[in-house]
Amino acid sequence: MAEKVTRRPYVREVPRVLWFLRHPRYVRYMVREVTCLFIGAYTLLMVVGLQRLSEGRASWEAFLEMLRSPWSIAFHALALGFSLYHTVTWFNLTPKALPVQVGESFLPDRVVAGAHYAAWALLSLVLLKLAGAY
Amino acid sequence: MSERLVELEVLRYNPETDSEPHFQHYSVACREEWVVLDALNQVKENIDATLSYRWSCHMAVCGSCGMMINGEPKLACKSFVRDYDGVIRVEPLAHFPIERDLVTVIDDFMAKLTRVKPYLIPKNAKAVEEGEYRQTPEELKRYKQYTLCINCMLCYAACPEYGLIPKFIGPAAISMAHRYNQDSRDGGRAARQEEIAATEGVWECSFTGACSEVCPEHVDPAAALQQVKIASTIDWFKEHLMPWLKK
Repeated sequence: MAEKVTRRPYVREVPRVLWFLRHPRYVRYMVREVTCLFIGAYTLLMVVGLQRLSEGRASWEAFLEMLRSPWSIAFHALALGFSLYHTVTWFNLTPKALPVQVGESFLPDRVVAGAHYAAWALLSLVLLKLAGAY
Repeated sequence: MSERLVELEVLRYNPETDSEPHFQHYSVACREEWVVLDALNQVKENIDATLSYRWSCHMAVCGSCGMMINGEPKLACKSFVRDYDGVIRVEPLAHFPIERDLVTVIDDFMAKLTRVKPYLIPKNAKAVEEGEYRQTPEELKRYKQYTLCINCMLCYAACPEYGLIPKFIGPAAISMAHRYNQDSRDGGRAARQEEIAATEGVWECSFTGACSEVCPEHVDPAAALQQVKIASTIDWFKEHLMPWLKK
């Protein structure tokens, strides 16, 4: 006669809010994700700029003056840094999502990621040209 | 043969007597070439026979001895004691309920693996006498990496999404579905999509990438999941924006 088996599995709770503090790789992930907020904030700033432009010359020039303030310059520096970090970390992940098989091997990761950097550079040049930067 | 005294802290839980798990300390004389699993076997054989843990092959093939070693999901048979300084803390795999000591309850993973139909569903079924389903080396290469999964569940212990949302089908099961979807002989993708393209499927994944970092067989489940997301998105566009493509 088999003995009665007592099963009472113990469930360890995971912290619901600060879960990402459990491991450095989770913190790195959160930094990658949170940096997108700066891209969003910069986009909002551009929308505000468009609105000021539509309101006329005085409003537009006041907006330009606001952009020259130390707070604005500090925000731009932060937004640029975080946007670059966000972009680079995502571009470096693209080979996982887009493997390109050629015959019996796959294109090296740097080729797939490199294509994204090349497209980024090309689009930036086109935009700068349209903006009359050169 | 050089020996050194290794300090182990092992999480113990006896469902019959303990209300919660607690750490127990063992000093184990280990040989230079030993892995953590050897140290645990030494404890079991010579120090404390009541210690429970799973293991079988001792060569990173069976996937049974997954556990948290200093907070990192590892195969105990692949983790050399010489690579650790100071006390080695051994705990059961994170995100799974503890059955007893280092043994976890894996029913959830087994059920999910079954749901994704991880077997070949032939595109054109044929009788045995018609011969084998043939495949070129190029077609094999397309999915071969994903066949290396040993179902050790380290990726589930690493995945923060699975820890927070246990209904997430998770890295290994979805990678296994992707493995068969990528197989030129297979025609079962539509049946698997029901499970893996759902919210509880691939869309719970936020691409932390932890699964691929801890995978002992370099399967890269994170890659499989992102590829499933892209394929599922293309399906959606085809269905909603190009309805004339429907047969």
